[in-house]
Amino acid sequence: MRNLFLRPLLFVLLVVAFARPAAAIDIQKVVSPLGITAWLVEDRTIPLIAMQFSFRSGGAFDPPGKDGVTHFLTGMLDEGAGTMDSAQFQARREELAFKMGYDAGFDFFEGSFQTLARNAGPSFELLKLAVNSPRFDPEPLERVRQQFLLGARDDSENPDRIASRAWMEAALGGHPYARALNGTEPTIATVTSADLAAAHKRIFTRKTLQVAVVGDIDPQTLASRLDEIFGGLPETAPEADIPPAAVAAGPSVKVIARDMPQSIIVFGHEGILRDDKDFFPAFVMSQILGGGEAASRLTGEIREKRGLTYGVGASLVPMAKAGLFLGSLNTRNDKAGEALELVKTVMARMAEEGPSQQELDEAKTYLTGSYALRFDSNNKIAGQLLGIQQQGLGIDYVTRRNGLIEAVTLDQVKAQARRLLHPDRLIVTVVGKPEGVQ
Amino acid sequence: MNRVLGPAAAFFLFLATIIPALALDIGVSAFTLKNGMEVVVIPDRRAPVVTHMVWYKVGSADEPQGKSGIAHFLEHLLFKGTAKYPPGEFDRQVSRNGGDGNAFTSTDYTGYFQRIAKERLALVMELEADRMQNLILTDENVLPELNVVQEERRERTDNDPSSLLAEQMNAALFIAHPYRKPVIGWMSEVVQLTREDALSFYRAHYTPANAILVVAGDVTVDEVRTLAETYYGSLENSFTPTPRKRTAEPTPIAARRIVMSDPRTPTPVFQRQYLAPSYPSDEGHTAEALDVLAEILGGGTQSRFYQDLVIRQKIAAYAGSWYSGDAADYGNFGFYAAPNPGQDIARLETAIDEVVARLVKEGVTQAELDLTRNKLLADTVYALDSQAALARMFGVALSTGQSVADVLGWEGKIQKLTVDDIKAAAVRVLDIRASVTGILLPAPAPQN
Repeated sequence: MRNLFLRPLLFVLLVVAFARPAAAIDIQKVVSPLGITAWLVEDRTIPLIAMQFSFRSGGAFDPPGKDGVTHFLTGMLDEGAGTMDSAQFQARREELAFKMGYDAGFDFFEGSFQTLARNAGPSFELLKLAVNSPRFDPEPLERVRQQFLLGARDDSENPDRIASRAWMEAALGGHPYARALNGTEPTIATVTSADLAAAHKRIFTRKTLQVAVVGDIDPQTLASRLDEIFGGLPETAPEADIPPAAVAAGPSVKVIARDMPQSIIVFGHEGILRDDKDFFPAFVMSQILGGGEAASRLTGEIREKRGLTYGVGASLVPMAKAGLFLGSLNTRNDKAGEALELVKTVMARMAEEGPSQQELDEAKTYLTGSYALRFDSNNKIAGQLLGIQQQGLGIDYVTRRNGLIEAVTLDQVKAQARRLLHPDRLIVTVVGKPEGVQ
Repeated sequence: MNRVLGPAAAFFLFLATIIPALALDIGVSAFTLKNGMEVVVIPDRRAPVVTHMVWYKVGSADEPQGKSGIAHFLEHLLFKGTAKYPPGEFDRQVSRNGGDGNAFTSTDYTGYFQRIAKERLALVMELEADRMQNLILTDENVLPELNVVQEERRERTDNDPSSLLAEQMNAALFIAHPYRKPVIGWMSEVVQLTREDALSFYRAHYTPANAILVVAGDVTVDEVRTLAETYYGSLENSFTPTPRKRTAEPTPIAARRIVMSDPRTPTPVFQRQYLAPSYPSDEGHTAEALDVLAEILGGGTQSRFYQDLVIRQKIAAYAGSWYSGDAADYGNFGFYAAPNPGQDIARLETAIDEVVARLVKEGVTQAELDLTRNKLLADTVYALDSQAALARMFGVALSTGQSVADVLGWEGKIQKLTVDDIKAAAVRVLDIRASVTGILLPAPAPQN
């Protein structure tokens, strides 16, 4: 593969909905009799329905000493619910051939569901059970615990995970975002069915529920499905929140020695939140600097000209309570210092001079032109619509978004480069046997 | 733990009568240009975008001796420019027109693709047609890119013990056939690749008669035909491709075993692979039966491995099986498993062998076959949601010796399989003499 575009850099990253000028998609707001809201794109072309939903409560809310309990919950929602035990639920699930998965970030708990239209009724019935009445029976709980213990042990020696975790610890130490999202062996060992039930109660409320649906279903049918699936959830849970995160002031360098041929370098510093009034100029700037495309400045200098890496990227990472600017690259150990210096040089030049008018123009036509590519499947559209809801961008965002990109001026981008890029304050973590990194 | 699928039986009868048409019956068209370049068109009118792919029937199994990695290296170098589009212009043209693109190399094929607004289809065709014949390479471009592919190898293989194990197992499974080489190449050979190596490989394999165009998206066959004739149909062949002949594997007579220790691996992992037929190399329906067998043995929560090793015996955290039948000459049938914390990997291997032996001896049940067939057919419906995945499916088939009809006939062949077919495939393929077993163990750092 020629390019490893935008490799998953930190598993904590939110998928931010930089939606496109998408085509003629018609988004309907469906409100059920019980008041559950979903955004729907009805498309009967293929006999499938995709639903994605989320709750605004993720692993950052794990109780003290229970790191990873939210993540644990993601593994328990197909292990028995209502009157069906794990074996019954899983057998029925395979018969119906629907797809259901859960994922927990720090800020959100997300569900993804796809069903054949012809099996929609019984499949949604199982979704309803999973959402409302998951059982945390001893047999599946212990089985899933073993799987997560194994995963935690693997993570503890996974170089990418080590580098990411170390970076979050260096930048946000003490904040919930620096905790182990998937838990650690000691915390996973202590999770009980009561902990899981409490997590379920905390997360699954109507107040923070957001739903996107795309495919072979009409608004009336969806409205009644929404009530069946989500109508029985409690309205709210006791309020909980996490504080805004203060990103540590760099510079700092932490090297974690591992015997491997390449060094994994994670670099970054404070960024901005999604609701920053200059978010779009800042986003366009970061795209020119470190977007996944061959034309980005980091890729040009470090990969294309010098062949020092297979992939380098950097971007804004706006979490709910922390704005980050974050990048990474892998390079052979003896070139680690050189590659890191190049990162700083490229950042410094961008901060001082900004991009050229031509770079800005080309970034804008790329970003606006490629927006439609995010809307070419039911499942992708559902993901986009959910992301837009999570960020509070409005149901007309899909039509407004390209205009927001096009309105960005060169002066704005230069100002954001000066404001945001501080190579002298980089927080750097390296895993490997790097040479020339102090 | 044999939960018999009571309610399921009625359900399947119901399904069998209501499936109105095969999922892949979506109007796929195929034709051939005068110069021999094949074209496949897959309609998907849901969004105003297209996926444009050009596949060459050449991969790492076609490399000259001592030049492992040249097919993949050339893939990288195809972005280095022509007289008309100097270095950097290819990517720039695609991205400033709002497109994304990439490329990939396998043992049998090399593919290039762009995803872009449908109005820009002519542009990407022009770019792709241009670099089929007019590539210009200079040391200034080639040398940094040779470092990039070395970094790619370090990142994807050398930094990752499970990738290293897979590479070792592959080289042991195939004794004589060139599938034994890693696609990215052995580092000792990659570092010596040159501009001349790349150009001679390019001249030997890149020509319209050795290429396949696949377009999926919001276009009609007529639109694609007109554009394809303009941009690709006008190209002259520089040589006539001949059928690929690779060394056949000798009859397998000895089970092989790879045990690898690595300090970067905190938990042990079990792997096994068997030499198997592939879809293109199989005359009957063994390949289809192996897809079903992989599901029954280790494809989900109802599979034999999961029910026996994870649920009943509780010795595995996970255990599964897979079949890879896409390659031109041979397929692979594989197992993977990890012992639960504190469980012994040798005991896990014994338990796996017992499950396999029982299946080979007794075959599968009709209920297992029905459940699996239903899942596989559902998967083809899910596949319709991604035009890029559909395009890739046809590209793989045509670049490895299958036809569009073969792909479209798959669902029908799956529906006709019997329990005897599955047992026969298991007996044929699950022969320990045709296998390699891989064990990855934690270990202290090796002495250098």
